[in-house]
Amino acid sequence: MSMVAEAPALIGTSGDSLREAFGKALSNLADEFPKLVVLDADIAGGTGVHHFRTSHPSRLLQFGIAEQNMMAAAGGLAAVGLLPVVTTFAVFCLRAVEQARLSLAYSRRNAKIVASHPGLDVGPDGGSAQALEDLAAFRAIPGMTVISPADPIEMALATRAILEFEGPVYMRTGRSAAKRLFGDDHQFAIGRGRIIRQGTDVTLVACGVEVARALEAAETLAQESVSARVVNMATIKPIDVELLASCAVDTGAIVTAEDHNIYGGLGSAVAETLAITRPCPVEFVGVKDVFGASGEPEELANLYGLTAPHIVRAAHRAIARKQRISGRRKNFR
Amino acid sequence: MTLTLRSISEEVPQSPAMDLEKQLALAAAFVRRHSIASIYHAGSGHPGGAMSCADLLACLFGAELNFWPSGIDDPHRDRFVLSKGHAAPALYAVGAHYGFCDAKAALRLRKLGSPFQGHPHVLDLPWVETSTGSLGQGLSVALGMAMGLRMQRSAARVYTLLGDGELQEGEVWEAAMCAAHHELDNLCVLIDYNKLQSDNRNDLIMRLEPLAAKWRAFDWAIAEIDGHDIPQILSTLRRAGATQNRPSVIIAHTVKGKGVSYMENVPSWHGSVKLTREQAEDALLSLGASRNEIKEFLDVDGG
Repeated sequence: MSMVAEAPALIGTSGDSLREAFGKALSNLADEFPKLVVLDADIAGGTGVHHFRTSHPSRLLQFGIAEQNMMAAAGGLAAVGLLPVVTTFAVFCLRAVEQARLSLAYSRRNAKIVASHPGLDVGPDGGSAQALEDLAAFRAIPGMTVISPADPIEMALATRAILEFEGPVYMRTGRSAAKRLFGDDHQFAIGRGRIIRQGTDVTLVACGVEVARALEAAETLAQESVSARVVNMATIKPIDVELLASCAVDTGAIVTAEDHNIYGGLGSAVAETLAITRPCPVEFVGVKDVFGASGEPEELANLYGLTAPHIVRAAHRAIARKQRISGRRKNFR
Repeated sequence: MTLTLRSISEEVPQSPAMDLEKQLALAAAFVRRHSIASIYHAGSGHPGGAMSCADLLACLFGAELNFWPSGIDDPHRDRFVLSKGHAAPALYAVGAHYGFCDAKAALRLRKLGSPFQGHPHVLDLPWVETSTGSLGQGLSVALGMAMGLRMQRSAARVYTLLGDGELQEGEVWEAAMCAAHHELDNLCVLIDYNKLQSDNRNDLIMRLEPLAAKWRAFDWAIAEIDGHDIPQILSTLRRAGATQNRPSVIIAHTVKGKGVSYMENVPSWHGSVKLTREQAEDALLSLGASRNEIKEFLDVDGG
């Protein structure tokens, strides 16, 4: 009698994660973009690229576990007219930041970097695997566009958008199952934030997995008679300057929320912009300059302060600061 | 235009080989003299490694590359990537000699507003193919080009010149493994093996030997040559072009500062240095330049 072991179920190849949505979109778009080639560092099963590997095996380029070479080679592929998409985990993109800088951005190559497993959303793999610095690192590279979509529908639209866009892009996907937030009529444009819930007392500006939590927070705030606007800021760079300024004028208080260090990511981009347009109180929800740890994503979000209740508390702080400022203004008169 | 010829030597069969070798020796001499002059005008730059790779660059641009100034946009041109980007003065000089840029303009090395930056930048000079200057990346970019050209069924070849100290970068060995795995026989690496790096001799900083054995172990076709022997460089490049199913590496033994008596094999001439007028004149004399040429190189205005 022969014992045939069943193949183990691949964690994360099922479900509605952003990486799966990305992988399926790539596969669907491949015929429309004949120059598209996908670069993999032995991790296609984890990045969602296994869909593309199955549908277009000859255009999946294997680089082995060697991300620096893969990143710079994308520059060479773009230089000879192909449309390379570098895929690996966000933490390994950090390893090749300098290659992305010199051989992609400085050489102004039409190459895309798509990073799965960003932030605490990685979960049980622990602190070493949880990239909380990638938005900051890639945002600091001149000419690099930085994107972090929020749900599977938006991920598919963003995948098309980055292939149509001319220039280097860094885009986050996500490991864990993602809530579906948007309908089939959802629209995505690089550089445009979108108001996905109207409100007048405070604006919650979020990207990636934090968009769902911001919506949940707005619901809680509504029960407390606080009207919170929610903005899905899927493009972190270039940030939507006009939308932020109008939110600052309309609501006078801002909360940013991201699965990233509070330094250098979405919160920093928002604060930098508002400082020179419409300064107003800003509160930052994000990881407070520490590394992560093993645990389920929700447990980690709770421990490190990324959940809807954390956003609610930040909204109260921002509103209180706004009221103190307007109170001072009244006294001054 | 479509480039179909493998090399100038094949393009002009009636020209005796001896003439080609003489032409290339003159080109190499020009590369050395122009590099000294541009580094003198710049007030900084790396002369040692520019001198050591001059013969290799002359042979590539003068006889091997299917790449002419009229065809810098031709998708089927051969590509050359200067992975050791600090030898930019030598690349600009060979480019000037073969008509890719103006020789006098290229003397404005490292100057504000000049496209001749301290390290090559593709947005300033498209014919340098990619921006380099961070060691280790040029080979990966060349590998990507070779992979992409093969996917598009182009017969074009990709050449890249690496420094020896550069081989200490881990990315070089990632690329070495990758190129062999993908059997990129349209990729040829040249190593300017002058035995010296920024601070000292390779073997004192970080030993490279046994170097040929390393590349052989990575399953590359290898050749070891005298990197100043033009006939040997030409015949080796030709053999590399015929290699099948394996990338090729030419380990070219060279002398750092070659041709400038006071620089040869002296590590301190590797780094970015400031040449005095007297040093520049001595170097040009040592390189066989005439008094008139020296004046022409060193007295240009706007330098």
